[in-house]
Amino acid sequence: MDWKRFGFIALIIIVLFGTVVMIGQVKQPPILIITSMLATTIAVATPLTLGALSGVYCERAGVVNIGIEGMMLTAAFFGWLGAIYMFNVFGRDAGLSIALGVFFAILSGLLMALLHAVLSITFKVDQIIGGTVINILAVGLTGFLNRQLFFGKGSVFGGSVPGSPGVLPTIHIPLTEIFTPICGASASCLQNLIAINRVFDQKPIAISAILLVFFSHYVLFNTRWGLRTRAVGEHPKAADTVGINVVKMRYLNVLIGGMFAGLAGAYFTIESVPSFEPLLTNGRGFISLAAMIFGNWTPIGAWAASLVFGASQALLINMQIFRDVIPPQWSFLQESYIVGLTPYILTMFILTGIIGKTTPPAADGVPYEK
Amino acid sequence: MQSEKQSNSLTRQVIQSISDASLVPFLAILTAVVVGGVIIAFVGGDPLLAYRGLIQGSFGSTKALSETAVWATPYIFAGLAVALAFKGGLFNIGAEGQLAVGAVASSLIGYALPEWLGYDLPAIIHLPLAIIFGILMGGLWAGIVGWLKAYTGGHEVINTIMMNYIALNTTSFLLNGVMKDRSPTNVIARTPLIADSARIPPLFEGLRVHWGFILALLVAFLIWWLLNKTTLGFQIRTVGLNPDAAKYAGINVKRIIILTMVLSGMLAGMAGTIEVTGLNYRHELGFSIGYGYDAIAIALLGKSHPLGVVLSAFLFAAMRNGATRMQFLTQMPVDLISMLQAFILLFVAADAIVRYIYRIKSKGERVVLTRGWGG
Repeated sequence: MDWKRFGFIALIIIVLFGTVVMIGQVKQPPILIITSMLATTIAVATPLTLGALSGVYCERAGVVNIGIEGMMLTAAFFGWLGAIYMFNVFGRDAGLSIALGVFFAILSGLLMALLHAVLSITFKVDQIIGGTVINILAVGLTGFLNRQLFFGKGSVFGGSVPGSPGVLPTIHIPLTEIFTPICGASASCLQNLIAINRVFDQKPIAISAILLVFFSHYVLFNTRWGLRTRAVGEHPKAADTVGINVVKMRYLNVLIGGMFAGLAGAYFTIESVPSFEPLLTNGRGFISLAAMIFGNWTPIGAWAASLVFGASQALLINMQIFRDVIPPQWSFLQESYIVGLTPYILTMFILTGIIGKTTPPAADGVPYEK
Repeated sequence: MQSEKQSNSLTRQVIQSISDASLVPFLAILTAVVVGGVIIAFVGGDPLLAYRGLIQGSFGSTKALSETAVWATPYIFAGLAVALAFKGGLFNIGAEGQLAVGAVASSLIGYALPEWLGYDLPAIIHLPLAIIFGILMGGLWAGIVGWLKAYTGGHEVINTIMMNYIALNTTSFLLNGVMKDRSPTNVIARTPLIADSARIPPLFEGLRVHWGFILALLVAFLIWWLLNKTTLGFQIRTVGLNPDAAKYAGINVKRIIILTMVLSGMLAGMAGTIEVTGLNYRHELGFSIGYGYDAIAIALLGKSHPLGVVLSAFLFAAMRNGATRMQFLTQMPVDLISMLQAFILLFVAADAIVRYIYRIKSKGERVVLTRGWGG
């Protein structure tokens, strides 16, 4: 990541936030708008961040993974299914059911990744086709099981979706409590403090996504494991010559990537909204690939790029909130279908390389033949 | 005597090569059917009854056959779109979006042109106009991606998918807004019905199969001819096999990439156009969803050969069409078909698995699409 790229990211985020502040300030003070936008941005960027990290692990090891979308979708379904089964059929308490749901999501992401690894590493199938197979399989599998298990004949739930154990709780980080003495008696200072605190009050997967960004950065660039991963992605033959097991490294990294995609899937049904609908990932897996590319295959860069997409989604949400105060000359902002185009157009714009060319790992997408 | 013997061995060679090419897809289908059966049994259904329902529903009567052909028509076009792109070394995941814009464009011409002009057009002008406009929009939609690929290196896989979402959003915007059917009973996002003069007539009285089906077969032949008998086809295949070699052979690779995408998009647009003018007589929002992935599966199953595409389009059409009967007999949800298709695709794409299961030796041919991300 270079400064030009970070500068572009900052610019886009400022423009998106600025638009909302400009329109919404008649209704709410700017600080409230900015902090709530930031909180939304961080939250909705979570699956993109995790998806992009998934891609970073796979592709740094030399395996192109366009199946992240499918892995997320599968994980979202099985995580939700697992939580509901634990809650309703086995009668576990809500907290435990949710936790097990996250576990099932990660597990199903892992299994889909295993399929991708078998296809692309062992059988040397074209990796883009392998990823597409994952995506199509995920749509078919989740669509079928969703219909069959809940609404089908002989369903354990008798033809309706049962009550869900709910979603993961928000973790309160007590900034307000700590910094209250600084404010003294000033009420507006306290209000601002509460508003700022909202940015940090995130849910567990969102928080772990950010921690995992820095953890992955450390692993990839400061550990022996990371060096080996990058070696098999850049020059597998050389890596093999010095005794690194190329196939094993690739397998493990694809599986790790699958677990990240699984956690991203858990975000949709266990952290965000406790329900599943077919195709709910809605292209997020592909957008996270674009974030990975724009972030030049680095965890921190990918995270920064994910935040841009998060911000454009926050724009969409806020335009619905401030719908009635949008001035007439900006009336196109009322159209959610038009504002909703932002992440897709941004993705295509970023991929043109106008903001600077990126370099994928040299052996990315090339099956290793001894 | 000699020549008779020669032609005899030639026939045998042709049969041999066809059976070689179709062996793996056939075994892939077989394996998928077995795996699908296991899953049906696992969720408490009767696999044999389900498959009987599928076959009855797709081939059991004249009406069923006609409906299968109706389903096959857009599948042939969309499958050819993906197959043509494959031949040129490009992966078009955007058939869905190209199909949608094609359908929107030709419905617009279909219902609005007479209103704009203020008088009715004869079918001989109106229908071709509606079709051509739809095809051109499809070509334009994919051409943007081709241009980005040729001149900026932006990868077509991600860009076609982004164009799918842009198409979906734009059509939602249009179909909920200016192009919405304003008849008082309508609550769905759909266009008004197109004029009679923009409709493709049915092949037989009382059946829904229409001349678009014949057109699909003709276009399949045309694509075969284009790929194998023309300079352009040769150039497309050369760029697909090895762009560097193509460049040194003096082929304008950028031009061919754009042209391949445009042609591919035109075929996908045609799928949408023919559905509007031949079958539904309007475009409805949810209609295009899922076609893109089906088209990929069809192209891969047909090994990107036009004849193979036609055959696999039929298979997929039969499954979609028979699904209702299957659901009626076994109460299995229609989504089962999507899963079955995913398994077929899995075993076709990973033919190494099929070869491994049935101990068939590989001929060493392999599709190569992954050439890094550019970016």
